[in-house]
Amino acid sequence: MSAGRFYASELRLVMLRRRNLLLLAVTAIFPLIIGIALRLAAPHPEGGNGNGVAFFNQLAGNGVFLTFIALSTLLVLVLPVVVAVVAGDSVACEAGYGTLRYLLAVPAGRARLLAVKYGVIVTYALCATFIVSAVALAAGAVLFPVGPVTLLSGTTISLAAGLLRLLFVTLYVAAAMAALGAIGLAISTLTEHAIGAIAALMILVVTSEVVDNVPQLAVVGPYLPTHWWLSFDSLLRVPVDTSTLLRGLLSFAVYALLFGSFAWARFTSADVTS
Amino acid sequence: MTAISTSGLTKRFRGGQLAVDHIDLAVPLGSVYGFLGPNGSGKTTTIRMLLGLAYPTSGSASLLGMPMPDGATRVLHRVGSLVEGPAFYPFLTGADNLARYDAADRTADPATARARITEALDRVGLLAAAKKRYRHYSLGMKQRLAIAAGLLRPRELIILDEPTNGLDPQGTREVRALIRQIAADGTTVFVSSHLLAEVEQICTHVGVMRTGRLVFQGSLAELRRTGAARVTVHTADAEAAAKVLAALDLADPRATAGEASAVLGDASPEQVCAELVQAGVGVRGFAVTSPSLEDLFVGLTGEGFDVSG
Repeated sequence: MSAGRFYASELRLVMLRRRNLLLLAVTAIFPLIIGIALRLAAPHPEGGNGNGVAFFNQLAGNGVFLTFIALSTLLVLVLPVVVAVVAGDSVACEAGYGTLRYLLAVPAGRARLLAVKYGVIVTYALCATFIVSAVALAAGAVLFPVGPVTLLSGTTISLAAGLLRLLFVTLYVAAAMAALGAIGLAISTLTEHAIGAIAALMILVVTSEVVDNVPQLAVVGPYLPTHWWLSFDSLLRVPVDTSTLLRGLLSFAVYALLFGSFAWARFTSADVTS
Repeated sequence: MTAISTSGLTKRFRGGQLAVDHIDLAVPLGSVYGFLGPNGSGKTTTIRMLLGLAYPTSGSASLLGMPMPDGATRVLHRVGSLVEGPAFYPFLTGADNLARYDAADRTADPATARARITEALDRVGLLAAAKKRYRHYSLGMKQRLAIAAGLLRPRELIILDEPTNGLDPQGTREVRALIRQIAADGTTVFVSSHLLAEVEQICTHVGVMRTGRLVFQGSLAELRRTGAARVTVHTADAEAAAKVLAALDLADPRATAGEASAVLGDASPEQVCAELVQAGVGVRGFAVTSPSLEDLFVGLTGEGFDVSG
């Protein structure tokens, strides 16, 4: 109950901070731009000269696919940046302002403070992901025809079933971002320079993505934090490729647990010198 | 029970520097305890350990009978604190900043939060600036807001680390008055300072730090008693006067132009004066003086106020 009040107070601070609102606005604008650009390019329904990306050919037939295009496009950089800013900022900015020592003297409790901070990061990541889906869905509905959804495997399901799949896809992406948030939280406990934590997390994401694309390093691929992010397309097939999905979710859980534990071990044992 | 007690409290930094060296603090309940020492003598590090922000290398500390840092979440809500200057979110108003700290307190009653924040702001005279962003506060206002955060709830102990640092004389007076007021309510106050004049006027007890060690602890009266009173004779014949003082077995007789002095010890001033007159010393003036607290403080802490350990 009291943790609820602390969480609500911190969430309000993060959500109402102008910078964070601006980032959410940016994530909302991207699906619009992508939708309009694709509408103008007007891909042919038969997808003749398809540009290689799985979802693009489906888009002309169904606006729902704009959500999957938007999510997979934004997952490369925009969503990770948005989550990195809030996660990297979480503890480092308190240390930077010196407010950390006062929060601990309140006493907020070290483990409790960390849990609240992570709860806020996850909530923010969830918001950002759902904003992308919601805006893309709305834009897709306006710009393209909407109807029963033809999946990547060729099967056609009803619009309602398609929207349910979209919900699961969005939750999967949010889980990926929540795991990234845990890494960001851990890095954030190491410094009092928020910008350093944010940059470190972004370097990690980009490095992971680059390594994941080097065929010679394919053996480490599955262990990279970003490897399973785009595996949500497994949800767009019949039957659903659950083993891939579960491996992805397992990867997110392991990363969240590993870095969550690291953050906890570090934060509950280190002197607060800021 | 004591408000603060430590036993062999020690902090060695990772670089090997001994910041706090086996100190045994005993702060009585209801006292106003001045924690004195030059900058860099280990005061802030001690306070950080008392509040559970830093972990001691060895030794132990307790606040209001509760061991620290283990008891932090059980006792700190009874303790208000200001550590190393105020710290708030610059983009929030003063009131919103206080509300944030209050929300972090799991034992604070949310129903009374607004009233308590208003009262705390009122006590430090910031009610008019409650809706102003913290970044627009003056230094004195920032300092007072930090004290207000310490007063959000009734506290049994207030720990103030250099509460007048950087304030102008007006601000210093305000903070001093505030501390007196807090103490008058029965709250134990532990206030650190590198300025003796700061604590001399408000404290009942003092602890003096020098390069990480506690070199004196006791009441102000006890500190005064450690200083030996001297008898000073103003005379044209200082040499002769000094001889008389030496003949009376007074310690450390000195003679300078127009003045002779010695430690009075157990001798009675009346007798000393009579002996001087009898010996034919022309006495122009005669005084018994105790060293000022300032002199005692400098004697304890070494050459000056800004010698870092």
